[in-house]
Amino acid sequence: MQYKYERVKIQSNAEVANNIYKLVIECNHEAKPGQFYMLRGWDNELLLGRPISVHDVQDGLTSFLYEVRGKGTKILSTLETGYRIEIFGPHGKGFNTNVKGKVAVVTGGIGIAPMYYTIKALKNAQIDLFAGFRDEVYLIDDLKDFISSSYVATNNGRIGHKGFITDIFNPWEYNLVLCCGPEIMMEKIVRMCRDYKTPVYVSMERHMACGIGACLVCTCKTKDGNKRVCKDGPVFSGEDVFLDA
Amino acid sequence: MLNVSLCGIELKNPVIAASGTFGFGEEYNNVFDVSKLGGIATKGLTLNKREGNDGLRIYEAESGIMNSVGLQNPGIEEFIKTELPKMKKFNTVIFANLGGGTIEEYLSGIEKLNNSDIDMIELNISCPNVKAGGMAFGIKSNIAYDVVSRVKEIAKKPIMVKLSPNAENIVDMSEKCCKAGADAISLVNTFKAMAIDIYKRKPVFNNTFAGLSGPAIKPIALRMVYEVSRAVDIPVVGMGGITTWQDAIEFIMAGAEAVQVGTANFIKPDICLDIIDGIKSFMVSENIKNLSEIKGTIRGV
Ligand SMILES: Cc1cc2nc3c(=O)[nH]c(=O)nc-3n(C[C@H](O)[C@H](O)[C@H](O)COP(=O)(O)OP(=O)(O)OC[C@H]3O[C@@H](n4cnc5c(N)ncnc54)[C@H](O)[C@@H]3O)c2cc1C
Ligand SMILES: Cc1cc2nc3c(=O)[nH]c(=O)nc-3n(C[C@H](O)[C@H](O)[C@H](O)COP(=O)(O)O)c2cc1C
Ligand code: FES
Repeated sequence: MQYKYERVKIQSNAEVANNIYKLVIECNHEAKPGQFYMLRGWDNELLLGRPISVHDVQDGLTSFLYEVRGKGTKILSTLETGYRIEIFGPHGKGFNTNVKGKVAVVTGGIGIAPMYYTIKALKNAQIDLFAGFRDEVYLIDDLKDFISSSYVATNNGRIGHKGFITDIFNPWEYNLVLCCGPEIMMEKIVRMCRDYKTPVYVSMERHMACGIGACLVCTCKTKDGNKRVCKDGPVFSGEDVFLDA
Repeated sequence: MLNVSLCGIELKNPVIAASGTFGFGEEYNNVFDVSKLGGIATKGLTLNKREGNDGLRIYEAESGIMNSVGLQNPGIEEFIKTELPKMKKFNTVIFANLGGGTIEEYLSGIEKLNNSDIDMIELNISCPNVKAGGMAFGIKSNIAYDVVSRVKEIAKKPIMVKLSPNAENIVDMSEKCCKAGADAISLVNTFKAMAIDIYKRKPVFNNTFAGLSGPAIKPIALRMVYEVSRAVDIPVVGMGGITTWQDAIEFIMAGAEAVQVGTANFIKPDICLDIIDGIKSFMVSENIKNLSEIKGTIRGV
C-alpha cells in the first residue's frame, strides 16, 4: 500500500503573506521534495481534493504553503488548529536532489512553495534562487541559510527587479535548473537554457481527480506521448514538455 | 450473502468500479485491495490507441464533476498484452468497457476481446466525449439496435450494453437493446453538459460539451434505472452519483442487480469498501439474507 488516505490533525494554519497561508499537519510520511498531496478540508461542499505540494517535512509534521485562489483553497484557509483534514498522498515523482554543482531554482509566485523543502534537500549543491512575485515577496528570508544568492523580481517593482524573473536570469552559469511557476515562465526558462544545454526540470500543474494515475484527466503532452502529471510527474524534463512534445 | 450473479457470472458483492474512473485497477490496488470489489470496469477501450482530448479535461460543478477525457486508452491489443495480465491477478470480475466510432470498429474490438481472458464486455454506446459518432449510437434506439445485434452475432462473451442518459427515450432504448440480444444493461453514463468561462467568454472545454457525473445526477439516474428495470427482463446494473451505501441500496431497490461507483472514487479512494461494508451492515440489521429480497421491490404508480 503505497499511498495513504487518512485524516490528520491540523497543527496550525495561518496567513503568512497577503492571501498566502501555511498549513502544518501532523503527518510523518517523509514525502520527497516536489511530491504533493490531495487535500480535502470539507464534507460535501466540494468533491475533489486539491493538489498541494509538500512545502516542508520536519519532526513528524508536514507543511504546505498555498495561495487562496478559488473555493477549495478558500475553505482550506478557514480550517482551524485541531481540525482533522483528509490527506491523500504523497503523490508523484519529485525533484532529484542528489546533485552537485551550481543549481538555479527559478520560481514564479506560489511556485516557490515546493522549493523550500527541495532547496533544503539539495545539500551538495550551490544554489542561486530566482524568485518572481506579483507584488508581495515571501519566503525568501527563510531560505537565506540554504542558498548562495537570491534574486527577486516583482511585477510592480516593489522589491527587486521591476518586471519578470526571466529578465534577470542567466542560464549559462548553471549545471542544473529547477523551475516551478506559471507555464509561460517555465517555457521561457527552458528556451533560455536550451542554447547552453543546461538541463531544466519543471513542475507541471494540471487539474486532477484521482491523483494516482487512474483517471487520465491530468495528462500533459511530452516527447514520449501523454504523461500523467499526478503519477509520471509533476516534475518533468522541461525540454520534453516544452520543446519536443 | 453479498454475492450476486450477473449473466451466469458470480460477483462476490454488487459493487463494481465504474469505467474511466479506475483505470485498470493497478493504481487503486496501491491504496486498497481491489480484489475486494465485485468487479472492475476497465477504462473505455477502442480498437486503436487514442490520445484523448486537448484542453481542460475535468471541471468541478455543483455536487458533480464534468469530464472530457475523450477515451484516451492504449487500444485493445495493448490492453490484452500488458494490462489484462496484471488485472487477472486481482480476484475480481473484469468488465472490458468497449467504445467505438463505427460499427466495424466495435466488431473488430469484439473479435479481439472474444479470445481474451476478460469476463464480460460492457458495450459503451454512450460516450459523450468522442466526436466521431460515439454518441449517436446511444441517442437513437434504432441505431443502438443495429450495433447491438451485429455485436451479438459474433460475441463470445456476455454483452452488457451501457446506456447514455442522453438517449431520446431511455425505456425504448433499453427495450431495443434487449430485443437485439443484450445480456445485461448498465446505466447511466454521463449527462451532456456545459460550462462557460465568463472572463474568457468561451466554453470551459475545448469540445464545448463535457459529461456530468457525481451526486448531482443521482436522482435522475435512479429514476432511469427504475424505469429501465421495469421495462426489460435482463439484469440491470445501476450507477450515477453513488457515494454511500444508502445510495447503492436505493439503486438495488429500484431494480439494479449490481451497482457501479465512479466519481465517488475521487472523493475517497477506498469508498467502494465503505459502500460494501455499509450494504452488509444494512442487510444484517434488516435481516436480509440475499439482495434479491430487496431488488426491484419498489413499486410506484
Ligand atoms: C502538483 C500540484 C502542486 C500544487 N502545489 C500547490 C502549492 O503548493 N500551493 C498552491 O497554492 N497551489 C498549488 N497548486 C495549485 C492548486 O492545486 C490550485 O490552486 C487549487 O487546486 C485551486 O483550488 P480552488 O478550489 O481554490 O480553485 P478553483 O478554481 O475553484 O478550483 C476548481 C477546480 O480546479 C482545480 N484547479 C484550479 N486551479 C488549479 C491549478 N492551478 N492546478 C491544479 N488544479 C487547479 C481545483 O483543484 C478544482 O478541482 C498545485 C497544483 C498541482 C497540480
Ligand atoms: C473521468 C471519467 C472518465 C470516464 N470514462 C468513461 C469511459 O471511458 N467509458 C465509460 O463507459 N464511462 C466512462 N465514464 C462514466 C462513468 O463510468 C459513469 O458512467 C458515470 O461517471 C456516472 O457514474 P458516477 O456518477 O458514479 O461517476 C467516465 C466518468 C468519469 C468521471
Ligand atoms: S489525476 Fe487521475 S490520472 Fe492524474
